[in-house]
Amino acid sequence: MAQTLYDKLWDAHVVSQREDGTALIYIDRQLLHEVTSPQAFEGLRLAGRKPWRLDTNIATPDHNVPTTKTERDSGIDGISDQISKIQVKTLDENCQDFGVREFDMNDVNQGIVHVMGPEQGATLPGMTIVCGDSHTSTHGAMGALAFGIGTSEVEHVLATQCLIQRKMKNMRIRVDGDVNPSVTAKDIVLYIIGKIGTAGGTGYAIEFAGSAIAALSMEGRMTVCNMAIEAGARAGMVAVDQTTIDYFKGRPFAPKGEQWEAASAYWASLVSDADAVFDKEIELNAADIEPQVTWGTSPEMVLGVNACVPDPEDATDPVQKAGIQRALQYMGLSAGQNIKDIQLDRVFIGSCTNSRIEDLRAAAEVAKGKTVAKTLKQALVVPGSGLVKKQAEAEGLDKIFIEAGFEWREPGCSMCLAMNADKLGQGEHCASTSNRNFEGRQGFGGRTHLVSPAMAAAAAIAGHFVDIGQ
Amino acid sequence: MKALTVVKGVVAPMDRSNVDTDMIIPKQFLKSIKRSGFGPNLFDELRYLDEGQPGMDNSTRPLNPDFALNQPRYQGASILLSRANFGCGSSREHAPWALEDFGFRVVIASSFADIFYNNCFKNGVLPIVVEETQIDRWFQQMAALEGFSLTVDLPNQKIIEDGGQEVDFDVDEFRKHCLVNGLDDIGLTLQDADKIKEYELQRAQIHPWVFGQIK
Ligand code: SF4
Repeated sequence: MAQTLYDKLWDAHVVSQREDGTALIYIDRQLLHEVTSPQAFEGLRLAGRKPWRLDTNIATPDHNVPTTKTERDSGIDGISDQISKIQVKTLDENCQDFGVREFDMNDVNQGIVHVMGPEQGATLPGMTIVCGDSHTSTHGAMGALAFGIGTSEVEHVLATQCLIQRKMKNMRIRVDGDVNPSVTAKDIVLYIIGKIGTAGGTGYAIEFAGSAIAALSMEGRMTVCNMAIEAGARAGMVAVDQTTIDYFKGRPFAPKGEQWEAASAYWASLVSDADAVFDKEIELNAADIEPQVTWGTSPEMVLGVNACVPDPEDATDPVQKAGIQRALQYMGLSAGQNIKDIQLDRVFIGSCTNSRIEDLRAAAEVAKGKTVAKTLKQALVVPGSGLVKKQAEAEGLDKIFIEAGFEWREPGCSMCLAMNADKLGQGEHCASTSNRNFEGRQGFGGRTHLVSPAMAAAAAIAGHFVDIGQ
Repeated sequence: MKALTVVKGVVAPMDRSNVDTDMIIPKQFLKSIKRSGFGPNLFDELRYLDEGQPGMDNSTRPLNPDFALNQPRYQGASILLSRANFGCGSSREHAPWALEDFGFRVVIASSFADIFYNNCFKNGVLPIVVEETQIDRWFQQMAALEGFSLTVDLPNQKIIEDGGQEVDFDVDEFRKHCLVNGLDDIGLTLQDADKIKEYELQRAQIHPWVFGQIK
C-alpha cells in the first residue's frame, strides 16, 4: 500500500502494536539540555534505574547559558545568575554520573540543541528523535520523525529507549512556485501559520512539500520544520533528497565508508509514495508570500510587512474579537496602524529558528556598511552554536555586525526566551528571528515581532520594519 | 503519580483561547531542578502585578484583583475551564506540575495542544475535551452562580452537573488505566524489555549506523 513519509518512519520504529491503538515506538536519538532533564535524571535515581543505552543520548546546555564573553570565559562559576548556574552544573553532573556524552558550556561544539544535533550529524535522516523541547520538530527537515516531549517522557526514553505513542494523522502542505528574492524560509512558515492557525496542525504530522520547499537549503527546511509546532503539529518533516544527503556527508557522527553507502541508499527511500493518501492537504502559492511580521501575541497573528494591524471591529466571532483586542492592548498598537510604522527598541537575531550560518549571512548582507538606528537600545546577534560562531568569524561576519553597531555574542538560546540576562524591558518592541511572540516570552511585558533574519537586520538599521523587497 | 478517579470541585474560569505554557508558568521558574513547588507561580504574570522571580516570598506580592483565581469565589477550585488550544507552546512539563501543585486536577477545554495534553496524564491531571457550546453554557452558569461546581467521574467518563445532567467524554483506555491506578508507565514499558531487545537486534542488522555512533 502506498505510504506517506510519516507512515514509513512510523512503521520502521514500531516495537509492538497494542490493542488499544497505541504502539511502543523505538527512539533512536535523544537530545538533552539543562532545563527539562534534571527531574528526569532524578526520577531514574529515585527508581534505581540506569539508562537503557548510552550511545543514543547527547547533551548540551543552551537555555540558561550567559552569552557575554566575560561571563562565559570564567566557566560555570562565571554564571552570575545563581539559579541558572545550579541548573547548568546539574546537567554536567548528571551527564558525568550516568555516562552521557555532553558538550559543556565552553566546548566549541556547544550550541542550541536543535542547531548542534544536525551540525554534528548526531541527528540523521530516518531516525526517531526526541528532546524535552517542543522545537525538536526542527530535525524533521532531514526526513526524520522528530518531536518534543515532556520531562516524564525524557525519563521514559532514558530508561526504556521507547515511548508509548498513538499514530498521528497525515497532513501535507504544498508550497509551489517561486518566492520573491526577499522572501525566506521564515516568511514561508509564518505565512503557513497565518493561513492554518496555531491549532491547524494539532493531531497531525505535517509534511512540507512542493517546489518552494524543495528549493530550500537544509537550513531553510529546518527553519520551516522548527515552527511546525507553532502550527500545532508536534512533528513537521521534509522528504529526503540530494540536498539532505549532501548535508550530512562528513559530519562527525554521520556514518562513514560502507555504512555511509548503505545509509544514504536507505535515506533516499524516505519520501512519500506518489499515490500516498493524506488525511488533509493544503496548497499554497509561493508567489503570494510577502516578507512577514507578527503584530500580535500568537504566531498566527501575522501579516505581510505592507499590511495594517487588524481592527477588532472587523472580527465576526466574539472570542476572536476579544483575542485581537487583548493582543492590541498588550502590544501597544492601534487598530489599522501600518506595520511599517511600529517603532522598535531592540532587535534579536538568533534562536533555533534562525541562528545558523545562512541566517547570519543573510542578516550580514543587509547590515554591511550600514549603522544600527540611534533609536534602538540594543541589537543582538547570537550564533546558534560554537561552530556557527567560528564559521561566521572566519567569513568576517562578526566584523560586519560589530561595525554596524550590533553586539556579537556567545552561542545559546538567549533572548528567544530570556532565561538568561538577555531580555526585553516592559513595553519594549523587539524584531526577533525567534519563534514565539507570546506575552512575556522575551521578558516581562516585552513585545515581540517575529521576522526573518534579513528583515530583522533591515529593521535594526531603519529602527522600524521596512519592505525589504523594495 | 497521584491516582485520579472522581473529582468533585469548584470550577474556575480561564476564559480565553490559546492559553500557552509560558502563560501557565513563566520561564524564570523553569530554572528549578525540582518537580514541586510551582503552584504559587501558576499564571504568575496574570496573577500578580509585579514581575515574579524564583525564591520570592509570593505572599507579600501585589495581587491582580481582576484575575479570576484571586477572587474569593474561586478559592479551592480543582477544575479549570478554558477554551480552544489550551497548553500550546513549549513542552515544559512544569505547566501540569504548576496546575497540579496549585490544586487543579482537571482542565476542561474545547481542544488541547498535543504535548501538554500528554504531559497532563503523566502528572495526575486530567485534560477533558468538551464541545465549545457546552463550555459556553458552563461559563454562563459559573458567572451566574457562586460556587458553581462539577463532578468528574473518570472511570465512567462522565462530567456530572449538580442538577444531575451528564456529559460524556472520551479518554484513551491506556491513559485512563494509568491515571485511575496512579501507575508509573516506565515500569509497564519495562515489562516489554524482551521485545525492545529483539527490535534492537533486528534493527542493528539493517541500520547499523543508528547504533554506537555517540561515545
Ligand atoms: S532557541 Fe528558543 S525555541 Fe529554540 S530551544 Fe532555545 S529557547 Fe527553545
